[in-house]
Amino acid sequence: MSTLIEAKNLNLFYSDFQALKNVNLTIPEKAVTAFIGPSGCGKSTLLRTLNRMNDMIIGTRIEGELTISGTNIYSNEVDVETLRKKVGMVFQQPNPFPKSIYDNIAYGPRLHGIKNKKVLDEIVETSLKAAALWDEVKDHLKRSALSISGGQQQRLCIARALAVNPDILLMDEATSALDPISTLKIEELVQELKDKYTIVMVTHNMHQAARVSNQTVFFLNGEVVEYSETEKLFSNPDDKRTEDYISGRFG
Amino acid sequence: MMMVRKEFDQNLDQLNEWLVEMGEMVEKAIKESIEALSQLDAEKARQIIAYDLKVNDMEERIIELGIKLIATQQPVAKDLRRIIAAFHIANDLERMADLAIDIAETVLIIEDKALIKPIDDITQMGEIVGDMTYEAIQSFVHENVDLAYKMAKDDDQVDELYGKVVRELVVLMEENLKNIPQAQQLSFVARYIERFGDHATNIGESVIYLVTGKKPDLNA
Repeated sequence: MSTLIEAKNLNLFYSDFQALKNVNLTIPEKAVTAFIGPSGCGKSTLLRTLNRMNDMIIGTRIEGELTISGTNIYSNEVDVETLRKKVGMVFQQPNPFPKSIYDNIAYGPRLHGIKNKKVLDEIVETSLKAAALWDEVKDHLKRSALSISGGQQQRLCIARALAVNPDILLMDEATSALDPISTLKIEELVQELKDKYTIVMVTHNMHQAARVSNQTVFFLNGEVVEYSETEKLFSNPDDKRTEDYISGRFG
Repeated sequence: MMMVRKEFDQNLDQLNEWLVEMGEMVEKAIKESIEALSQLDAEKARQIIAYDLKVNDMEERIIELGIKLIATQQPVAKDLRRIIAAFHIANDLERMADLAIDIAETVLIIEDKALIKPIDDITQMGEIVGDMTYEAIQSFVHENVDLAYKMAKDDDQVDELYGKVVRELVVLMEENLKNIPQAQQLSFVARYIERFGDHATNIGESVIYLVTGKKPDLNA
C-alpha cells in the first residue's frame, strides 16, 4: 500500500491550546485508517486538518507539513474548494439538505458545473449504488431526503460525498447517532468503499475500529501514542497506555 | 484518570483461580497414576478414573466463563490473550488428565501380573513431567516466561528417557514373545508420559503468548 497522506512534525494550536503535538504519520491509500482515543485527544482535530475544516475556527494556527499525494495542503497554492472536493467528509449527525434525495446527490456535481440531466442521473444512480442505498430509494428519488430513516440519511450523506468523485472520505463519528443495524450497514459499506477510496475515520467505538479498519492510530493529549495494524493494536499493543485505553481501564 | 472494570476483573481472577485449581488436580492425577503403576495399585487406578469427571467439569466451567466474557465484555489485548490462553491451557490439562486415566487403565490390565522389568526409568519420567506440570502452572500464576522456557527445556530429558525405555522394551520383546503384551502396555505408558511433557510444554507456550503476544514453538 502506498502512502497517500503524510503528516510531518504537525502542530496545531487553538489560540493558546496545543491540540496536536508533533504528529508524524503516514496513511496508506485505499485502506481504512481509524483514529481512536479519549475525548480531547486530538483525533477529530487531525481528521479536520485533512480537508482544512479547522480553517473555519478562529485562532487556529498550524505548523509543520501535511501532504496529500505529495502536495502540502496548507501551502498557498492549494485551493480549499478543490481540496474539499477530493477529500469528502461525513459527520456525526446525518445532515441531508432539505431537498429531494436526487437534489442532495446532484448538489455537488451541479456546484461544479455539471448541468446535463443524463450525466446527473448517472451520477445520482452510481453514487446511491456505491452507498448501498439505491435499491431502497430508487422509486422515490423526488421525495424529501428528510423523510428517510437516520441510517438511510447517513448513507445518503455518504452518497453525496461520493458524487463529486473524491479520493479520500473522512468519517467523523459517522455512526454514533445510528442504531446497531444502520451502524452495521455503514460498516459493511466502508468495507466495500475502501477498494476505491482512502477512508479515515474517527470513532469512539473502539470495537468499530477493530472491526472495520486496517490501521489504527491511538491518540492521547494531542500526541500519537501508537500506530499499527489494527489486528496488532487490539491483540498485542506495544504501549501500556494503549493497552489501558483499549481494555477500558483508563479513560 | 484510572478506571477499573470491577466485574470483568473479578471474572478474570476467577478464570485464573480455576485454571490453577485444575492444574493442581491434574498434577495430582499424574502423580497418582505413576504411583498406581509402580505399586500396581488397582484401587488407586480406579480412583484416578473416577476423579476425571471433576477435571472435565472444571474444563467446562473455564470454557463457559471464557465464552461469557468474550460475548459480554469484548476483551482486547492482554485480556483477550488471557482468555485464549485459558482455553488452550484448560484443553491441555484435560488431555493430561485423560492420559492419567490411560495409565490407570493400563494398571488395571497388568495388575495381577509381575512386572517384566524394573520401571524406575518410567517413574523417573513421571517425576519429571510432574515437576514440569507444577512449573507450567507456576509460570502461569506468576506470568513467568523464564520459568516457562526452563520447564520446556526439561522436556528433552523426558524425550530421551522415552527413547531409552522403548528401546529396552523392544529388546525384552525380542528376547521372549511372552513379554510382548506387557512390554506393549509399558511402552504405551511411556508414550503417555511423554505426551504429558508435550502438554506441559504447550502450557508454557500459552503462558508466553499471554505475556508477550508471541507464539513460540517450544516443542521444536
